Amino acid sequence: MSTKVFKKGSSFRSLPWIGPASLLIFIFVLWPVVELFLVSFREISISGLIKGWAGFENYRALLDNDDLGGTLKRTAIWLVVVVALTMALSLPLAQLMNANFRGRRFLRYSVIVPWAASLVITATSWKWLLDPYYGLVTRILVDLRIVEESFDVLGDPRSAFVALLAVGITVSLPFTSYVLLAGLQSIPNEIKEASLVDGAGAWKGYWAITFPLLRPAFLVAAVINSVYVFNSFPIIWVMTRGGPAYETDTTTTFAYKVAFRDQDIGQSASLAVGNFFVILIFILLFLKLSKWKELDQR
Amino acid sequence: MTITNINKSRKKSKTSSTRRSRKKSVTLSLTGIFVGFLFIFPYVTMLSTALKPKSDITDIPPSYLPNSYEWFNFINVFKELPFGMYMRNTLIISIATMIIGIIVAVPAAYYVARNNFRLRMPFLLLVLITQMFSPTSLLIGIYRELSALNMINTYQGLILVNVSFNLAFSVWILSSFFKTIPVEIEEAAYIDGASRFQTFRKISLPLAVPGIVTTAIFTFIAAWNEYVVAYTLASSPEKQPFSVGLSLLIGYYEIKWNYLFAGSLIAIIPIIILFITIEKYLVGGLTAGSVK
Repeated sequence: MSTKVFKKGSSFRSLPWIGPASLLIFIFVLWPVVELFLVSFREISISGLIKGWAGFENYRALLDNDDLGGTLKRTAIWLVVVVALTMALSLPLAQLMNANFRGRRFLRYSVIVPWAASLVITATSWKWLLDPYYGLVTRILVDLRIVEESFDVLGDPRSAFVALLAVGITVSLPFTSYVLLAGLQSIPNEIKEASLVDGAGAWKGYWAITFPLLRPAFLVAAVINSVYVFNSFPIIWVMTRGGPAYETDTTTTFAYKVAFRDQDIGQSASLAVGNFFVILIFILLFLKLSKWKELDQR
Repeated sequence: MTITNINKSRKKSKTSSTRRSRKKSVTLSLTGIFVGFLFIFPYVTMLSTALKPKSDITDIPPSYLPNSYEWFNFINVFKELPFGMYMRNTLIISIATMIIGIIVAVPAAYYVARNNFRLRMPFLLLVLITQMFSPTSLLIGIYRELSALNMINTYQGLILVNVSFNLAFSVWILSSFFKTIPVEIEEAAYIDGASRFQTFRKISLPLAVPGIVTTAIFTFIAAWNEYVVAYTLASSPEKQPFSVGLSLLIGYYEIKWNYLFAGSLIAIIPIIILFITIEKYLVGGLTAGSVK
């Protein structure tokens, strides 16, 4: 596009067009960021009033919190396991969704369901499915003679965390596999066929030709998924409330409990500031990967 | 080897290869359908539970299928649970978010798609960064800010937060739609003496309707499914959307799983259908154009 309809306008002229959107982002996205940082250095009463500056007191309280260590460890496991398995599984899944067979539409629509459905509803159904008395999963396991008798999956921190990981992966797969599917569809058929005709074998051809072409989509999906997974709240909250005690908390649910249950807004804010920097790393990665400036000028 | 022999062996290899490919496609179909079923398994069990009569719900262990099918559960849920009120709140919040979102995003997206101005890059960067932030990580900031603005436990608070966090997707999708409209069409109108705003309203806007519909549906769904902000800000049941209500009902109505799931299905089935209609554009919007 060589010609632009309108000449390069002054900043003032752009304001009626981009002003309202910018204003909303400033007020409801950026102001909370600033407020979060301020609060983390404030001494706050239980009723929410500011008593004064606290220096690094809130951060010290956070580091002294006995449940922080376990939470950080679990957050790392949560992030790495969910993202790694999601990405590993979405490669074959995207391939399957792209293949030509009867029932492909059923597969594609089924994969969309956990993505479209509210996470609260999905998590609620899993909570019921895993119930030791009324749930279907333990019944199926007993009927298949995998376990001898029903047990409380969500009552034990270990099995509860494994269950959370599994649900986390199933709700992450739709997005990543649809991104990879879009990537696959943008690869010309001749290239895919050429990789097979050369006698390279399907497996070898995939890693030599298809995957390298898919890599940009793969990386973008992985980074965006990481942010989703790191911020994930409803699944853990609905299924276990981070419990028993704090044993299945990640930093996201932990920060919520500290702020709104223990009423320690300052300490929770200092944790949220930590979370903020983790997300910032992902944002920088995303900006680098997306090459947004070049893409936009096309 | 005689000619007939060669022909025979050729024929043989041909039939075995088509048989192999047919076998392969059957295997592929079965795999695909099985994998698809795994994804909808929780929702299928929700349906079977939603149809169970009261007497089935307390069975230990649960039956796989209902003993009798109570389709009226889908109507009775409005009496048994405060479902109607939750639905009303969800609809108010989602529709308002959708409308305000479109009103704010369309001009911004159009301007960015068509003009080169000094604030363009900063604005795009701002939008992209918003895309990556979720309200979850900023909850304390949002809570304190809305307290200061007296917007705790109000529709307005929830709506404005929802609009703001979804602007990134909207602006990105819409501006990619505007870019597909040939500039020449607008130039013609402009030369004919139409003002900048008239060109936008009479020419570009009607052509961008598919993009506007996509964006509207996406924003609507995002607000419909939003949980954490509403859970934190909407303290009274009169303001809570269904997602919050459901998560709070689990504790109190443990026995009424059939109604909880009947309500849940009413809440998700229209959303899934809407979602499928915009599926084509989702990847492009959510990756800010890095894929597709």
